[in-house]
Amino acid sequence: MNAINWVACRTLLGKEVTRWRKVWMQTVLAPVITALLYLLVFGHVLEGRVEVFPGVSYTAFLIPGLLMMTVIQNAFANTSSSLIQSKVMGSIVFVLLPPFSALELFLAYIGAAVLRGLAVGVGVFLLAIFYVQVPIENIFVVLIFAILGSYAMGALGLIAGMWAEKFDQIAAFQSFLIVPLTFLSGVFYSIKSLPEFWYQLSKANPFFYMIDGFRYGFFGQSDQPVMLSLAAMLLAVTILTIICVRMLQSGYKLRDA
Amino acid sequence: MARLFFFPVVTGSILTEINAISLSGVSKRYGDLQALNNVSFDIRKGEFFGLLGPNGAGKSTLISALAGLLKVDSGQLSILGADVEKEYRQARQHLGVVPQEIVMDPFFTVRETLQFQSGYFGIRNNDDWINELLDQLNLSEKADTNMRKLSGGMKRRVLIAQALVHKPQVLVLDEPTAGVDVELRQSMWRFVRRLHREGHTIVLTTHYLEEAEELCDRIAIINKGELLALETKQDLLARGLGSKLLVRATHDIDTIPREYQDRVTRLEGNEVELILHRDSDSVMEILDRLRAASMKIDFVSVLSDSLEDVFVRMTSEQEGVQ
Ligand SMILES: Nc1ncnc2c1ncn2[C@@H]1O[C@H](COP(=O)(O)OP(=O)(O)O)[C@@H](O)[C@H]1O
Ligand SMILES: [Mg+2]
Repeated sequence: MNAINWVACRTLLGKEVTRWRKVWMQTVLAPVITALLYLLVFGHVLEGRVEVFPGVSYTAFLIPGLLMMTVIQNAFANTSSSLIQSKVMGSIVFVLLPPFSALELFLAYIGAAVLRGLAVGVGVFLLAIFYVQVPIENIFVVLIFAILGSYAMGALGLIAGMWAEKFDQIAAFQSFLIVPLTFLSGVFYSIKSLPEFWYQLSKANPFFYMIDGFRYGFFGQSDQPVMLSLAAMLLAVTILTIICVRMLQSGYKLRDA
Repeated sequence: MARLFFFPVVTGSILTEINAISLSGVSKRYGDLQALNNVSFDIRKGEFFGLLGPNGAGKSTLISALAGLLKVDSGQLSILGADVEKEYRQARQHLGVVPQEIVMDPFFTVRETLQFQSGYFGIRNNDDWINELLDQLNLSEKADTNMRKLSGGMKRRVLIAQALVHKPQVLVLDEPTAGVDVELRQSMWRFVRRLHREGHTIVLTTHYLEEAEELCDRIAIINKGELLALETKQDLLARGLGSKLLVRATHDIDTIPREYQDRVTRLEGNEVELILHRDSDSVMEILDRLRAASMKIDFVSVLSDSLEDVFVRMTSEQEGVQ
């Protein structure tokens, strides 16, 4: 195997980060504002009516879920839109002509997605704490889940971006897969409050572990043991990495298109 | 046999004979369409090589295969001895490709574009070479302009610079003059000739015969995915490909001197077209003989053969041999 060419990898990472940084209003500010609107509306309507975890207000409970939702949606958007855009415009050749290995491409794209996810996450958090106090029980758990979550969703975005030939196919991927799985993962509620059948179904949703573990980092409480969520995330990330690197190696819908 | 390994001279001479590009039995099919059909040829180091063929001949497909942008159904391709698939790192490091279509990344300036592209090839701090490229391609003033704001010709020049950021041994230009004005074409050729003088191997695709003739040492002609000919420019000219002489008389033409009869490609009313062997023919001599055969000449013109005409003729010549 070839060793990783870090200069090449870092350059592509830098380019992918510059891509979203140059249009930060659209890629960072807009999603932060959307998340805050959710927080204001749901927090206002449901505050005082629901107490999911003992001693945690509903608005506070909501924040980790909203944060994670925003983080992963943006991580997904970053890889998928970068790929589909450069495929449609043809500028993908600039990445295909140099001697990149599949792993170098993967690390660069995922790195940029994680950084965008974290940027958006920090934005939401900084503005949210003006509105409601949120404890942070364990910052490492918070960070690990934010990174694993955006890694996994960046990888999913990479798969979607390779597969899609048009922008609306990405939109379909988002509407029919990402959004439902996110909303049914306990962003707005604890899955324990669900009827048994839906509760069991939710436990099969990988997104649930992403949000549940993340929430543990804030409150020290969660539906499932945090180690289980961590294991689920590591498994998901491993599988997605293997799939992505294989697809990049074969040039699936990138070369020979 | 084992003793051979003790002769470094042997190894050395083998190394110097590595071809810039080597194709063997390359085939590629798109559904029912055979885009490349068993194409084999070599391009030597330091050659200025023309790949000539009409639209749809398979030129871009061949280049994409070389660049690893597509996988062929069969055959081997290598660049400076490195297989484009198995040793793609080395192969791509040696290859610069200027794509046929104008493409760009609209997020970045010209300089950023070139800096990123350098980094992709593992090169840091490439600013000296980037500045030289910008200078040579008359892009210095536009260095900090966003790619979106460039004219088509400028974008094409940025594409050339992008292909050269890593100083590749082999430069492939896929129809670089399509839609490019005369002035830019001239300055582009000056630059490409300089690269050739400095030792780069240049491969140029075009569907203009004159362009290939003007620049290239050797020319491969492909049509419908097949290699029809691979010859030096001189041999190609000697075949009488490329030009025709149009002669218009003041009267209907009914007789042509015997020695020119088999060169007539068209005879209608007062006009006749003759194949011109530019390496050996003298136009004045032909006209003198026509006049001697009592033709009253009104108008004369040298026509460039369209590639299509050349193919029709080459194909019929080949069939004639069989
Ligand atoms: N991706 C593709 N899918 C299907 N057919 C293709 C594709 N790319 C090229 N072709 C066909 O292959 C033939 C050769 O195309 P190309 O290599 O672009 O020709 P040239 O560059 O010589 O004009 C054409 O008939 C073209 O329509
Ligand atoms: Mg072409």
